[in-house]
Amino acid sequence: MKKYFLPLAVLVVVVGFLGFGLKLDPREVPSPLIGKAAPPFSLPVLQEPAKTVSNTDLKGQVWLLNVWASWCVSCREEHPVLVELSKQNVVPIIGLNYKDQSDDARAWLKQFGNPYVMSLVDAKGNIGIDYGVYGVPETYLIDRDGVIRYKKIGPVTPDTVREKILPLVKQLKG
Amino acid sequence: MRSALAAALAALALAATAPLHAQMREAPPLAKDPAVEARVMHLASVLRCLVCQNQTLADSNAELAVDLRNQLRAQIKAGRSDAQIIDYLVARYGDFVLYRPPVKTTTVLLWAGPFVLLVAGLLGLALTLRRRARVQAAQTAQNAAHGSTVDAASRARAKALLDEPDGAKGA
Repeated sequence: MKKYFLPLAVLVVVVGFLGFGLKLDPREVPSPLIGKAAPPFSLPVLQEPAKTVSNTDLKGQVWLLNVWASWCVSCREEHPVLVELSKQNVVPIIGLNYKDQSDDARAWLKQFGNPYVMSLVDAKGNIGIDYGVYGVPETYLIDRDGVIRYKKIGPVTPDTVREKILPLVKQLKG
Repeated sequence: MRSALAAALAALALAATAPLHAQMREAPPLAKDPAVEARVMHLASVLRCLVCQNQTLADSNAELAVDLRNQLRAQIKAGRSDAQIIDYLVARYGDFVLYRPPVKTTTVLLWAGPFVLLVAGLLGLALTLRRRARVQAAQTAQNAAHGSTVDAASRARAKALLDEPDGAKGA
């Protein structure tokens, strides 16, 4: 009986670690940008290509930056959540249209609804690189001073909104 | 004759793939500067592609990997050092972008873990061997105390076996 104890203990520990590992998402790489100033940009607006908006224009408010593209399948999944969030009028959502064709992007917004105050066009993905984007969709919560407070990799879910985004927005606004 | 044929075939193959080149997203001028290209490939081989996480930037064909290789190229051409370029990527993507994780308090277990396991294994082995040797020594001593290394019953059985007729042994 006693001789089985040690192998059994090892097995339990290994299973424990493996079980914990199963719950982790290897695609979620912690961003080094949390707590740092959001990288600067100056980009044309999707709906009015003649106009450009820079990060300094957005200072003084708490806002969400949502990286999306019409070619991105998970973006469709998260889109209704963003539309719902935009209706609540608690936090403005700015889109970053990442490596997309503007015509496709506009058609996409027409089809699925537009939760964005505006979408900025990052056609080459250079701003995406500055923000460490590697899996669209990604969402950043940026505070009044232009500091990134939270980053969500992958689609925003109703849970993310309820448990992370809304409480943080409330705290940052308060 | 054979080499001429080979050359013709190679030329044909090149001509056939030429339209493919037009579709590739890698910037064409790089091949013109082998020194830059060598540095790009060296850097790309120590950096991780974040899309296909078990590949280096050099191995990956993900769009982001292509973009990042172009980024490496542009920065090398702008005269930045390897260390500066790596810092640039770490600032954006974190330590995860390094294929070889740095030794830090958070990665001590990763680096030291295998050696800790090795030492634990060796220790376990040494302890087991010592215990086994002790048990054996104790047994030998016990047998010696009884005046023999084999007890009487075993001796009788061995004698019986040895005394058996040869015919029985063969069966």
